[in-house]
Amino acid sequence: MCADATGGILGFCWLQAFIANPHVGALQIGPRLPESLHWLAFALAGFTLAAIVINAVLMVTALYTWFERRLIGRFTSRLGPNRWGPFGLFQPFADVMKLITKEDIIPDAADRPVFTLAPLVLVVPGFMVFAVIPFGADSFLGRLNIGVLFIIGVTGINTLGVFMAGWASKSKFGLLGAMRGVAMLISYEVPMALSVVGVVLLAGSLGLKDIAESQPVLHLLVQPLGFLVFMIAASAEMSRAPFDMIEAESELVAGYHTEYSGAKWAIFQQAEFTAPLVTATVGTVLFLGGTSGPAVLPGPAWFLLKAFVLVFFFVWARVTWPRMRVNQIMEFAWKALFPLALLNMFVVAAEMQLLQGADGGLDVSDLWIMAAVNWALALIAIFGIANLLGQSKLRLPVPVPSPLANMGVEAD
Amino acid sequence: MPLRTEPVTINLGPQHPSTHGVFRLRVTFDGESVVDVEPVFGYLHRGTEKLAEERTFTQIVTLTDRLDYVSSMSNNLSYVQAVEKLGDIPVPERAQYLRVISAELQRIASHLVFIGFFMQEMGVFGGTLLMYSFRERERILDLFEMLCGARITLSYMRPGGVTQDAPPEFWPSMAGLMQEMPGYIDELEGLITQNEIVLARTRNVGVLSDELAVNASITGPILRASGVQWDLRKAHPYAVYDRVDFDVPIGATGDVFDRYLVRVQEMRESVKIIGQCVEQIEAGPVKTEGPFFVRPRAGDAYAAVENPKGELGFYLVSDGGISPYRCKIRSPSFINLTVLKELLVGGQVGDLVVVFGSLDVNLGEVDR
Repeated sequence: MCADATGGILGFCWLQAFIANPHVGALQIGPRLPESLHWLAFALAGFTLAAIVINAVLMVTALYTWFERRLIGRFTSRLGPNRWGPFGLFQPFADVMKLITKEDIIPDAADRPVFTLAPLVLVVPGFMVFAVIPFGADSFLGRLNIGVLFIIGVTGINTLGVFMAGWASKSKFGLLGAMRGVAMLISYEVPMALSVVGVVLLAGSLGLKDIAESQPVLHLLVQPLGFLVFMIAASAEMSRAPFDMIEAESELVAGYHTEYSGAKWAIFQQAEFTAPLVTATVGTVLFLGGTSGPAVLPGPAWFLLKAFVLVFFFVWARVTWPRMRVNQIMEFAWKALFPLALLNMFVVAAEMQLLQGADGGLDVSDLWIMAAVNWALALIAIFGIANLLGQSKLRLPVPVPSPLANMGVEAD
Repeated sequence: MPLRTEPVTINLGPQHPSTHGVFRLRVTFDGESVVDVEPVFGYLHRGTEKLAEERTFTQIVTLTDRLDYVSSMSNNLSYVQAVEKLGDIPVPERAQYLRVISAELQRIASHLVFIGFFMQEMGVFGGTLLMYSFRERERILDLFEMLCGARITLSYMRPGGVTQDAPPEFWPSMAGLMQEMPGYIDELEGLITQNEIVLARTRNVGVLSDELAVNASITGPILRASGVQWDLRKAHPYAVYDRVDFDVPIGATGDVFDRYLVRVQEMRESVKIIGQCVEQIEAGPVKTEGPFFVRPRAGDAYAAVENPKGELGFYLVSDGGISPYRCKIRSPSFINLTVLKELLVGGQVGDLVVVFGSLDVNLGEVDR
């Protein structure tokens, strides 16, 4: 009764069973309502669940901002926020209070409705993705049978938010940032979606819970190339370094959100800090087996651990690498990531054809064979691409003194 | 049908994250490529040259600190040499060595600042490299504090010597730093020099030909990165540079990467120079005693040193009084900026900031 997509997305089913179903009816709302008003119980259930998810995400993001800033502090031989609360844990709340009490400036020339709407368009997809992540074994929402498609579709809305913000603020810096943003975000969606196809093929399902449970051998091991492309494309999707040219502090001041301040700017920051969490949780489900792990820890704990390892890598990349130039970022998407993602997809499909048994399935030994082949292929492909596109092949020329200098001779 | 695009003019600065102070760049973009560039400066003009006419020869030393405020020692050195030339003031040998040591420490500090901000402009989030390079610079500033009590505006040198001898604890501290410095430089280089993204963004970007560099009277690391082996320390040795052995590193192509690489190599050479100076320095006076007011002969003199950023020269005209009749500063940052348009037009928006950063100008010196 609950298998349809909308039910899963809005969380109707779980609470419908709980509230609206006359046979369960723990809260005794459903049975008292006439048949024609059951939609009300539906809506109530949906809003309750949405409130729970959004508030949980907000709190986790607040903790994550602290985590990231502490980590960046350590990376840059500083301490990071450590003043308010134990280890500075309350810092995010201080930041939020400061930001929402600041003056909220809307430029005169700005398109007010679009300007106001843009932060929301950017922040909501992050929350929506969290709704379908299977955090535990009995997570109901994770059973949405088109989970992967849902995530790819919903995260695509980001592009619109970036463009709305840049366009509506009538600022040249904003417009340049938005222009870059649209070009980059759309380009990187292609390799990201393609890198997931291999996972979907192996799991035989688009549902996130099915994918998480279909990994006797982690997809990270079976398709390293897919994982790599996913991680890189995802960090471009959330426009973090080295792909942060949308904001490009040193060039475009703050890119598309140059003109924003106060609470709206806080919402942009919220979106920016939710993105790595979203990516890490999705990556955990797709490639690291979700809640699976030795029984020393409960499933959700494994999930969080894996997600934070991925987040750590995002932060590490962010503080180490400089930004790429716009044309280089686009080149990288189409000349490096796109072929790699395609290769991964074809190789996985071919191996499945070759290795599948009489019943059409793969057993664990087949997966290990695939892992061995794919790792070798991945290394060859990466070195090949690096050789074709990379700079390291260019030898540094030996300096030759110019004849224009006559340092040995006294000029006067 | 060709798509019609419209050039957009943007004011980068005076308030902008990567303008090294208050510098304004009117840039016209067509999409992502730069069509026109017009540098506008003068926002930090303090009239240093005019102020110098109202101060005594000794007081002007403090003004020179504020020119290029990340290389005050070299500024001091250039100025006091001009005064000494004008007034025929002898300088004790120990003072000469102290001057060279502090000027080379300053060169390392200034190049560290360059590397930090250069990487910041390349977009390393959170200023990782900036913090790394400032960690080392901090130790150099500690040494300066031991020498003269100040960290930024040093005013360590005086016509006829330096204000005071280095305290005993200065030498072991500096020896320790100099021992660790090559390791620090290796660490920075490990993060930058072979980095794929750095290479992709800096190789063959903002190429300055040796001919243009010489014709535009570019000096310093930028000139040497274009392959012109010209260093005042070798060409017209001052202080005790003729007694130390060091190389003048040059670049091959004159692109942004070479400008970075030349500076890194210069830091290594500076460590070498300081080591030799420490071996050669002998006890003795550090200042020639003279009258309270320096009154050089009427006439003029020009003295130049190899600043971290190029040739910093002071041209002093004296009428025999206690302050110069005219003081002209040849500031390397200002003259190095003149090629900005040639380097930027035709490039990309992303290159703009990187090329500007590679010139390593200091607005205190540009505007004076």
